[in-house]
Amino acid sequence: MIFKGRAFKYGDNVNTDEIIPARHLTSSDPKWLASHCMEDLDAGFIGEKKPGDIIVAQKNFGCGSSREHAPIAIKAAGISCVIADTFARIFYRNAINIGLPIIECPGASSDIEKGDELEVDISKGTIRNIRTGKLFEFQPLPSFAQKIISSGGLMKYVMKKQDE
Amino acid sequence: MGKTITEKILANHSGNSEVKPGQLINAKIDLCLGNDITAPISIDQYEKAGAKRVFDKSRIALVMDHFTPNKDIKSAEQCAQVRRFAREQGIDHFYDVGCMGIEHALLPELGLVLPGDLIIGADSHTCTYGALGAFSTGVGSTDLAAAMISGEAWFKVPEQMRFIYNGKRKKWVGGKDLILFTIGKIGVDGALYRTMNLEGPVIRSLPMDDRLTMCNMVIEAGAKNGVIQADEITQEYEKNRSNREYKVYKSDTDAMYIATFEWDVSELEPQVAFPHLPSNTKPVSEAKDVKIDQAFIGSCTNGRLSDLVLAAQILKGKKIANFVRCIVIPATQEVYRQAMHQGLIDIFLDAGCAVSTPTCGPCLGGHMGILAEGERCIATSNRNFVGRMGHVKSEVYLSNAAVAAASAITGVITHPEEVLS
Repeated sequence: MIFKGRAFKYGDNVNTDEIIPARHLTSSDPKWLASHCMEDLDAGFIGEKKPGDIIVAQKNFGCGSSREHAPIAIKAAGISCVIADTFARIFYRNAINIGLPIIECPGASSDIEKGDELEVDISKGTIRNIRTGKLFEFQPLPSFAQKIISSGGLMKYVMKKQDE
Repeated sequence: MGKTITEKILANHSGNSEVKPGQLINAKIDLCLGNDITAPISIDQYEKAGAKRVFDKSRIALVMDHFTPNKDIKSAEQCAQVRRFAREQGIDHFYDVGCMGIEHALLPELGLVLPGDLIIGADSHTCTYGALGAFSTGVGSTDLAAAMISGEAWFKVPEQMRFIYNGKRKKWVGGKDLILFTIGKIGVDGALYRTMNLEGPVIRSLPMDDRLTMCNMVIEAGAKNGVIQADEITQEYEKNRSNREYKVYKSDTDAMYIATFEWDVSELEPQVAFPHLPSNTKPVSEAKDVKIDQAFIGSCTNGRLSDLVLAAQILKGKKIANFVRCIVIPATQEVYRQAMHQGLIDIFLDAGCAVSTPTCGPCLGGHMGILAEGERCIATSNRNFVGRMGHVKSEVYLSNAAVAAASAITGVITHPEEVLS
């Protein structure tokens, strides 16, 4: 699977309160959550984002609360994938469980600037920055996580197992 | 090769004779937890998957604590959805307004989480129960939905880190200060994906409320879980709380750690985490002239009885500073009742504090103490991220209950000794 999109660039420790503030958690409707995605960190995000765009961040992306509303908001905002040096563990897990592709690729963020066109090949494990021409390689998700994603998310995976 | 408490609990619950860091396992859970924000997504997922019955109605806890008593119609709808589910499924441990408390204060208090248990919760501070010698970690709503069906969850066995605290705590230094100090040293991702084993003479003599506070905040260093060896203090705490038998695990002396930190904390002062990260810590003496608009004493981190006792020691016979609000929220109904019986509520009311029924409320900027633009709050809670308690240009400083109370009296961040002398 290949994603092409423009980068939104963020720093270290982007937390779930910034991705979706708790004041908006009175609903889990994806459209509602998407309409407030990143608003406390980057007020321009909602207006500028286009379907397929990519979030790029430095270390510990998604730290803080366990709210699954955070990856749901990002996915519903039309973001195709999130690239970071590292992810906070609950966010990482939640993204896999709801089917938001996430890519742990230490170093890529230092080459990428806001607005760069990126080409991400999930199966090959590569990120190409069209502006700089640089190519970054990453480890694909562990096979266990891939199995969850290929089942269509954790719920379908579990129900399939229950039926067996 | 020796094993740690975490490795032993994970092996025992996954049918393995032993497990290694990095290994993926499927483990049986003893209890899973959701609240009024996270459970609605789980219930949607559960129903969408076509599931009919939960795996065990006695092993699921649903606690209506975040936006309760409901702050608006939308939050009321979320609670109504969980209430309906709890009734339909006959969930034993459903805690609604009137009997609920903040989940991570409530579950240990009720004896629902015990040493040796494996617990997951759709709330990041589920790591709190490691204080009892359990394996306990936060997950998302979909993980909770899957666990409600299967009674299992997948885990990657975490690498182990060891933290040894030597010396003797100064007065006014408690679990909150030890964990803030630790996060300040290692950073908000210093224990990412890993276990924090909290050990040493200071931990062995640490009261249970302080242990719960420490393990509550290991997530703020990115940890998967924190663990304290169950001991006499744990046994004493569990007495009369549960009839269920529990198993005490001990780490082997030759267990493997990826990193070990050892500190003498005898000179440690109360700590304050400055905006906007819990790792941005300073000793309280370096926080002078930080003016505050609000003090908040409560939350799953520091809303237990011993926290209120500390705050009352400071506030007794004193008044909150002009133009400062002080909000005190006992974490559970039982804490509330005890505080009332011990006369603490009178002390708070006399000082000019607002005292509320249990709720997570202000900690996550939900309700009951939201900050305006430019306002500052000293809070006994666990996060001080941008906009955490309200306006994106408000600020949160984290401290223990005594520092928060002292600061409420002076209107600036203050060492407790200063208001007592």
